[in-house]
Amino acid sequence: MGTALSVLHVRVWRGTESGEYQEFQVPRLESQTVLDVVTHIQRKLDPTLSYRFACRVGMCGSCAMTVNGKARWTCRTHVASVSDEERLEIGPLRNLPVIKDLVTDMAPFFDKWAAAKGQFRGSATRNDDFARVSPESRQRRLVDESIECIGCGVCYSSCDVVTWKPDYLGPAALTRAWTLVNDVRDVDQRERLTAVAGDAGCHACHTQMTCTERCPKKLSPTAGIAGLKRAVLSAALKGEI
Amino acid sequence: MRNDFRARNHPAYWAFAVHRVSGVLLTVFLPLHFWALAQALQGEARLESFLRWTDQPLVKIAEVGLVVLLAAHMAGGVRLLMLEFLAWREWQKTLIAVATALSLAFGLAFLLNLL
Ligand code: FES
Repeated sequence: MGTALSVLHVRVWRGTESGEYQEFQVPRLESQTVLDVVTHIQRKLDPTLSYRFACRVGMCGSCAMTVNGKARWTCRTHVASVSDEERLEIGPLRNLPVIKDLVTDMAPFFDKWAAAKGQFRGSATRNDDFARVSPESRQRRLVDESIECIGCGVCYSSCDVVTWKPDYLGPAALTRAWTLVNDVRDVDQRERLTAVAGDAGCHACHTQMTCTERCPKKLSPTAGIAGLKRAVLSAALKGEI
Repeated sequence: MRNDFRARNHPAYWAFAVHRVSGVLLTVFLPLHFWALAQALQGEARLESFLRWTDQPLVKIAEVGLVVLLAAHMAGGVRLLMLEFLAWREWQKTLIAVATALSLAFGLAFLLNLL
């Protein structure tokens, strides 16, 4: 650890759905991430603080929190880019039940991936040859645009429609569905479109685009949701769903 | 827990808010508009006196507001249609700017015509 440049004033959420922000003072270091700050608090100041992380390099999607009011992946968020005059407010993700401190229950989030038919089902067996999908094909390119999702929940936590309509499938689940709609090997297309066509599905999106604004992987759930709307429309016109 | 304004403060959210508010205000205005048109059915005099009432400066200014609302709602609607039916990833923020500029231009044109 280097020498402290100054002192950060950090307010951290303590409690469950009800609770309050507790203030800590943390040495400000060079190239410090928000996750470094939380780790410092837990290791040096208060071991009872609960939070989640695993990879620390932006792959696992477990470290998302609300930092100064916006959902972020904390392991890849530098304090320099978010602190407001050396002040940080760190809370749990929104729109999800808070288990303790910075840890939310992600079950409703992933349950919606299942509800949006986010599982791949193919028809090939182990005796078949590999499916050949040209990387140049239109559908494969569309998959490319959304496949990098790490499931961090930042988009879901940022979405007002999820707040207003708690059964809304949300940007991440719909983005997952969109990648599968474009997967030429998948055989559950009709079921998937039916799953995302309902009241809680793609048509509930109000195009506020906070998901697209915040996605740490720079994906656009809004684009995927627009794609689903078109797919549902054309399937409905053809009488398929 | 819920988000506050810090999470919402970005261009696309503002575009959403303007679209929603202009839509609601226009809905409120529409009955009034039809009522005004209905005055014509009551005879020429009624309509004439109503039209004279609308000549007041304050009413004129309110009319400009209405035109801006209408233009904003229309431009916002066109933006949404483009977002949903065209490939747009790179230029969606430009779209918001174009929609805003268009609605203000309509308002200005109307204003200049009035003066
Ligand atoms: S800890 Fe894995 S993405 Fe941040």
